[in-house]
Amino acid sequence: MAEASSKLIKGATGDWEVVIGMEIHAQVASEAKLFSGSSTKFGGEANAHVSFVDAAMPGMLPVINEECVRQAIRTGLGLKAKINNRSLFDRKNYFYPDLPQGYQISQYKDPIVGEGEVVLYMLDGEEVRIGVERLHLEQDAGKSMHDQHPTMSFVDLNRSGVALMEIVSKPDIRSSEEAKAYMTKMRTIVRYLGTSDGNMEEGSMRADVNVSVRRPGDPLGTRCELKNMNSIRFIGQAIEYEARRQIGILEDGGSIDQETRLYDPKKGETRSMRSKEEAHDYRYFPDPDLLPLEFDDAYVEELRKDLPELPDDKRDRFISDLGLKPYDASVLVASKRLAAFFEKVATGRDAQLAANWVINEWLGRINKESLDIDQSPVSADQLGAIIDLIKAGDISGKIAKDLFEIVWTEGGDPAKIVEEKGMKQVTDTGAIEAIIDEIIAKNPDQVEKVKEKPSLIGWFVGQVMKASQGKANPQAVNQILKDKLGL
Amino acid sequence: MSIDKDTVKRVARLARLSVTEEEAESLKGELNSILNWVEMLNEVDVDGVAPMTSVVTQEMKKRDDVVTDGNYANLVVSNAPASEENYFMVPKVIE
Repeated sequence: MAEASSKLIKGATGDWEVVIGMEIHAQVASEAKLFSGSSTKFGGEANAHVSFVDAAMPGMLPVINEECVRQAIRTGLGLKAKINNRSLFDRKNYFYPDLPQGYQISQYKDPIVGEGEVVLYMLDGEEVRIGVERLHLEQDAGKSMHDQHPTMSFVDLNRSGVALMEIVSKPDIRSSEEAKAYMTKMRTIVRYLGTSDGNMEEGSMRADVNVSVRRPGDPLGTRCELKNMNSIRFIGQAIEYEARRQIGILEDGGSIDQETRLYDPKKGETRSMRSKEEAHDYRYFPDPDLLPLEFDDAYVEELRKDLPELPDDKRDRFISDLGLKPYDASVLVASKRLAAFFEKVATGRDAQLAANWVINEWLGRINKESLDIDQSPVSADQLGAIIDLIKAGDISGKIAKDLFEIVWTEGGDPAKIVEEKGMKQVTDTGAIEAIIDEIIAKNPDQVEKVKEKPSLIGWFVGQVMKASQGKANPQAVNQILKDKLGL
Repeated sequence: MSIDKDTVKRVARLARLSVTEEEAESLKGELNSILNWVEMLNEVDVDGVAPMTSVVTQEMKKRDDVVTDGNYANLVVSNAPASEENYFMVPKVIE
């Protein structure tokens, strides 16, 4: 297979391998914050969702929200990761106006979740395994706005103290495509689990991407960190740019400075954020306000019991039980609601035919019109009814597409529409023969030609379909034509 | 363990404390005597002893996931040197 070499980037002086590791921040789905009782709701008036704990008023003490703990464990189970029955919270110290405590409560040496693994099913059929290093709980910071006043920044602490899961991958990612697939997969997993809404536009999921390049087989190169990426497409673009930038420097005999960079989607390039570099000294120490977080195995098992079917398990089931092609199964499990829609259509029907219709016609149309799955004008039952009509031989695949169009735009019961609009396929060989006889009689020249050149039968099929308004059964037409023309 | 004047100045900068050369010199002496004193703890053999996290054996208290606090932005910003429409206002910080 050419897959290993196809991931390499060609430079002026030979091939390069890009090495990527990602830190994903996902907001935990919870009503209240990680250590206080104020709301996690997005938006809201400035500082409305802020308690004295979040504003770090003197004497305020953090008390952990147990649901956030459960969500972190569930996510860890979904990543097939080791769950640590004892973990610690540490203070990560730095100064910034949107961090009123002067430190972020995070987990440093003893995170709640240890090593796990994510499997990526790439478009070319390759399976890529990406190691997860750890997952830990931490607080989000507030938000600064710099464009409201000439000399002052405005600070809103509504985000301050909201629970985040930081999920750190091993440096196992080898291309921008894999990085995109990893981010997509992670979002699918947390959405299946309901542990984060994975909404990147609202910032509830974002990633820091570490990129370095090396000659294949060499030790790791110096990395640059691309901060705060909140779009899967931009992650791909930023990695492509950054890898080529680093290769350019190295091929010119330079060296890479380890630094934090920002991606500018308008210019399509990354630029250095030098000012943050000077003091990466967080002086972590255990938070004296918080006891160790401990739970027993029974607590974890209880959560494991209630986990929903995960995307990989669903994919395996679609392949082994329903006989779907692996690629189609991967497409269908990408979203829980899409998979549920498909299963409803497929129940009691030819699953592969159902998959073809759901993916090619229905999902294609949903994406084309930028609709949400729930906004589909065609229900699973209606799509199922169309498939039933094909299976019963009542309509051809081509007519079915017309029927789908009618149901999409006008609604209605597919079977009734077929009756009312006379869309039923003509399988009555007598009727088809009559049409064919007429066409043969009218076109003696073509009849002569087709005897020399049998491929001309296509012209006859076309005429028959036209005369029958597409309703003649194509197999029957072909057979009768061959008999009558002596082919 | 002993620290030099540069370390004193670096720690001060990380804590956003402004110290003069003379203060750094005298703080170096003070900090070193504190560190030397604490160093006595190293004489205790703690092999196989887990770090103590609390003087009483108790479990971490946990909250239910219920919104019980907030919606008093005016109070949150009431001590701020400057605020507008319940935002904190701080000297402009931008990359």
